[in-house]
Amino acid sequence: MSFFLKGLHVPHRKNTADKPAVRMTDIKSVTIPMLMHIGAPSTPTVKVGDLVKVGTKIGEGAGGLSSEIYASVSGKVTKIADIRLTGGGTVPSVTIESDGEMAVCETVAVPTVTSREELLAAIKASGVVGLGGAGFPTYVKWSADPSKMEELIINGAECEPYITSDSLTMTDRVDDMETAIRILTKYFPIKRTVIAIESNKKSAIASMQEMASRLENTEVKVLPSVYPQGGEKVLVYHTTGKVIETGKLPLDVGCVVCNCTTIAAIGSYLKTGMPLVEKCVTVDGGCVKNPQNVIAPIGTALSDIFEFCGGLTAVPDKILYGGPMMGVTVPDMSSPVIKNTNAVIALTPKEAWLPRTTACIRCGACTNTCPFGLAPAEILLAYKKKDTEMLKKLSVDTCMLCGCCSYICPANRPLVQNNNLSKQLLRDERAKEAARNGK
Amino acid sequence: MENNMLHISASPHIHSGKSTASIMRDVIIALAPASIAGAVIFGLRALLIIAVCVATCVVCEYFYNVIVKRYQSAGDLSAAVTGLLIALNVPANIPIWQCIVGSAFAIILVKCVFGGIGCNLVNPAITARIFMLVSFGSMATQAMPKIVDVTAGATPLELIAGGETPAMKDLLLGTTGGALGETCAVALILGFIYLLARRIITWHIPVVFVASVFVLSYLSEGSLETALALVLSGGLLIGAIFMATDYVTSPPTAWGKVLFGFGAGLLTFLIRKYGVYPEGVSFAILFMNILTPYIERLTSHKIFGGVK
Repeated sequence: MSFFLKGLHVPHRKNTADKPAVRMTDIKSVTIPMLMHIGAPSTPTVKVGDLVKVGTKIGEGAGGLSSEIYASVSGKVTKIADIRLTGGGTVPSVTIESDGEMAVCETVAVPTVTSREELLAAIKASGVVGLGGAGFPTYVKWSADPSKMEELIINGAECEPYITSDSLTMTDRVDDMETAIRILTKYFPIKRTVIAIESNKKSAIASMQEMASRLENTEVKVLPSVYPQGGEKVLVYHTTGKVIETGKLPLDVGCVVCNCTTIAAIGSYLKTGMPLVEKCVTVDGGCVKNPQNVIAPIGTALSDIFEFCGGLTAVPDKILYGGPMMGVTVPDMSSPVIKNTNAVIALTPKEAWLPRTTACIRCGACTNTCPFGLAPAEILLAYKKKDTEMLKKLSVDTCMLCGCCSYICPANRPLVQNNNLSKQLLRDERAKEAARNGK
Repeated sequence: MENNMLHISASPHIHSGKSTASIMRDVIIALAPASIAGAVIFGLRALLIIAVCVATCVVCEYFYNVIVKRYQSAGDLSAAVTGLLIALNVPANIPIWQCIVGSAFAIILVKCVFGGIGCNLVNPAITARIFMLVSFGSMATQAMPKIVDVTAGATPLELIAGGETPAMKDLLLGTTGGALGETCAVALILGFIYLLARRIITWHIPVVFVASVFVLSYLSEGSLETALALVLSGGLLIGAIFMATDYVTSPPTAWGKVLFGFGAGLLTFLIRKYGVYPEGVSFAILFMNILTPYIERLTSHKIFGGVK
């Protein structure tokens, strides 16, 4: 069965493209939350008063889905306290006053990798999580059944407006990426590596093609610049033609999908032993004086980042982690850059303007734009009635929350927001059912 | 910088800027050529009729919303589009009071009592045209063009039924008898091109609708010329381009639209050929409006990766 996955032409607004990344210096302090990934929060391994250096482990991953966390500056731990996350919950966070030395920890050493087990241990030790935004612990992804891993899809689509940090990875961190691809394909039975990039990133395409020519069974796939090209299922379909069924993972069709910056972070650790302690972040939006990509230590406060970029020229309406289509709003300017922050966008009221919600005129734009052919307007009606049978029939679990429906809706109805609520409703129902069956 | 100034909301944080009003504005622009043609062909009274119908529709929607305390939708231009379409569907010599009654009927009884925009089951303008046709004798005696001498006092459809074929030039330019906005094929096709270019509608319904009528007429009449004349006559073009494509009362998917267009074409042909009324477009669209929920059920999108 063949599909034509639709989507949208969203404004690119890649104002920071072709500008070099600038490294932040003179960090006074960082606040590193113990939850920068999907899964259980890590446990702090330092206490107030401890001296740490760049790369000192400060958070031990809990068992299962979790991740290691490292100090991003050298200095003294001054506070361990809860901070608020974007989701509304709180998590313990380690504040380190920098001594300005940026001294590297003695434990940082190039890992020895001679087997798959050692490689997995290294990926776990690197503290790398899905850096495209999801924050899924990378070692867990690679700990799956290796016999299923046929293709490695490297996601360089970067389809969200504003963001250019992945493009910079593909031009500036070719060595890191190449190292990671060589080692991953050596210890895992991957037959083909595809680097998928949207057509509007010419320099990234050129640099990746050059790298691919040095590697075996590696190719660059140029995809049309249509949002949400970087959605995992969309990307797998457009690079391999394989359809991932609802509820299934890319691995079920033989694919491992990794963001390009995740790959570079693995490569960087394998080469130097320095775990993930800094992040290249696109700082943009109408409120930012000098939009640019900034390489900042993890834990740097957003207020410091904006100051480094010349400050804010207007009072922002919203500040986002990530792009405007799927990014999350930040509650507080003291919120830190975390592992999976790829952009910080300060939107002016004009940029963030949303029209008034009016009645559905049944124009069908939502269903005709949905990459997966869902019917968000009908899902909204079913959700209002809490009709879970209908929600299942409308396959709301297929939704990846890309937001095309809400973006295009002339009545600005909260379509993707209701899809998310509907998915939660079905999750709750399943949990209740499981509890009933358990009794 | 005050932290409490930041807004928290669920994504997405930007919008396409499209709105109901912007869509309706495009429809009005697309109807401008037909409106101007109507005024040129049938005289300035056409403009009076347009003004009366539009004003009645907007005023009715405004006061209805005030009375039932619903949010004010009179400004979204959808009532204006309904009024404009009603005006373009009546003959230029219709009494003004009938325009007011027809427009009020469309907005209050067909649109507002069902819940306003998006909730109406059938197209208000089409239903008003049918309501006026069966209620008022004036709708049956079509006005004749003012700018040319028309010898025969018959509409093109009546001419064809009588065995004559109207001149192609008259059909294209609209210098024939009929409702004030339906006669000028060139103006309507210009509007169609505009709607396609602005991506307000897709080609499916108008093209399939018109093509079905053309093919069926050709098979029945055996003459390409007559079939073409039948396509350009009566309310087919304005109905297929502007009224059958109403979002609310037509299916959203491509295949649904094809089915809708074919059904409307078939019914138009059958009513024209065998019915008591010379024109069947309005009845055909009304009937397909009612069938739309069933067509939607038959033609929903296949879901990518959906598990049945």
